[in-house]
Amino acid sequence: MKFEKRENGHYVLDVQGYVCPHPQIYTKKALSKVQSGDVVEVIFDNPSSGESIAAMCETTGDEIINRKQEGGQFTWDIEKA
Amino acid sequence: MSTTALDMATTDSSAKVEDDIRKKRLWAYGIAAFFAFISIATYLYSEYYIYLSVYLWFGFIYGMCLQYGRFCFSSAFRDLFAVGVPRMAVGIMIATVLFAVVSAFVTSTGLSTFHAAPTSIHALIAGTIFGIGMVFAGGCASGSLYKTGEGNMSALLVVLSISVTQALFADVAGWSNALVPESWHASAVAKGLPEVINAGDGWVDQYLAGYVWNQPVLTFATLLGMVDKSIAGSFIGNTLVGVVIPAALLLVVVYVGWSRRAFLKKRIKEKGKTTFQDELAGYWAMITANKRTAIAGLLLGIFCGLQMLVTQGLRVKFGIQNAGTLLERIGFDYGISVNGTVFDPGYWYVTTQEAQWVGWVFNKMGANNMDNIYFGYVNGIPNPAINPADWMSLALIGGAAVMALLHNEFKFKKPTLELAVWALIGGALMGIGSRLGLGCNVGAFFVRVAQGDTSGWLFGLGMIGGAYIGVKVFNWWTERRMAKEFASCDI
Repeated sequence: MKFEKRENGHYVLDVQGYVCPHPQIYTKKALSKVQSGDVVEVIFDNPSSGESIAAMCETTGDEIINRKQEGGQFTWDIEKA
Repeated sequence: MSTTALDMATTDSSAKVEDDIRKKRLWAYGIAAFFAFISIATYLYSEYYIYLSVYLWFGFIYGMCLQYGRFCFSSAFRDLFAVGVPRMAVGIMIATVLFAVVSAFVTSTGLSTFHAAPTSIHALIAGTIFGIGMVFAGGCASGSLYKTGEGNMSALLVVLSISVTQALFADVAGWSNALVPESWHASAVAKGLPEVINAGDGWVDQYLAGYVWNQPVLTFATLLGMVDKSIAGSFIGNTLVGVVIPAALLLVVVYVGWSRRAFLKKRIKEKGKTTFQDELAGYWAMITANKRTAIAGLLLGIFCGLQMLVTQGLRVKFGIQNAGTLLERIGFDYGISVNGTVFDPGYWYVTTQEAQWVGWVFNKMGANNMDNIYFGYVNGIPNPAINPADWMSLALIGGAAVMALLHNEFKFKKPTLELAVWALIGGALMGIGSRLGLGCNVGAFFVRVAQGDTSGWLFGLGMIGGAYIGVKVFNWWTERRMAKEFASCDI
């Protein structure tokens, strides 16, 4: 698992290779730490985690502003509400 | 890079992606064709193989449904406690209610293959151990199978861990006898089981014959004074009272605890106030929030009921009570229990066939593991190649792989050391929980609850408690890992 700051207000959370519940828990913790308006780019390859992350954002109001899928790898940009 | 070079690079990249998708589709068709070939070739050899093919194709459908709906029982309460997401709790309740309704039809026609299990505190304890294990492992018993089909090798490790732990646990004897209460020992010996089983030796044997078998077998229908196989018993007792009402109430708890606040907040923003109708709308919105999960739950419920009907129909056609008789007719008598039976539930099940194939391997390596109740008296350890329930599990992995390949979601993933450790510990706990509870999230919870068996809800309550404990441990672990990452980013 890697979490790094790419630039001001843009962070990358790489949880490739992780199964449930790691990706959704790490995403929740990352979003709870960054500021409102910041974007966390989450990279994961466990499809079921995507369902949980999407539902979590629906509840919290955080917005998934970009979704990309390539060869079983998902990259989602989530903007914190 | 010039615009032309960029265009060419983009074209090359999309051609590669398209080629990758095309190859995955071919693999998907190849897997489906392989299972079709197995079914046709074995049927041409002997019509009795159609019995095994029924297991195979229902397993295939379960795999497709599980992958499509990302349907994992472990995420039901784990995701509620960990990230506040109710989608899977809803999906499971939908599947259970549908399964219960279809089962009520099957049961009232006298074609059910289900037998209720004893109810006591053991189901709660077993569910708790299983629940902790499935959170650690990252998937329940069925979830780990379908994730293996997605190319997830951590999930395969979980399956291996469940399998080996069960095979060892079921046969543990010697030192474990010291942990057996005298009353269990006396009761197990008094059952008068065949001498080759030696029921007075081995912890699990004495737990089963000396304790579990002495507990009452209860269904909601019998508790209400009805007969299980009657229309009133199956529809009102076991389905309405035993499943629909508790499931609806459980979802009310989930709605109030995790979904209501966010929904009403949105409504207040839109309308300024909320009414009781908004509460109902919120409850319904929670149920329909994730269509994939809801559709998968609906299909699983229907097909699980149909499997019982089709299997029982074939039993009547072939004049058998158990697949052990069929295997002997085909010419296989190795690994059949002293009762002439093999594991043949006639419905969706996961863990026992996993224990069996490892038990078969151990037996081939020289272990004397047919002297216990689990293998020797009830389930046997037939060759995995002709074990009906193994056909179901292998096809489940295949069905999930087909669905993942068709949707470009298949990815071969090797486990890291961290995930391997979680997988082995979680799998071992699930293996022990399964044997104590006489089943897993499918056999001990999903199937039993849907048939009105009270022990199913006890196992389920245990799983909820176990998920809570598991999430607490997981939160502690991930907090430590995340703190280091946050520190390196100065946040």
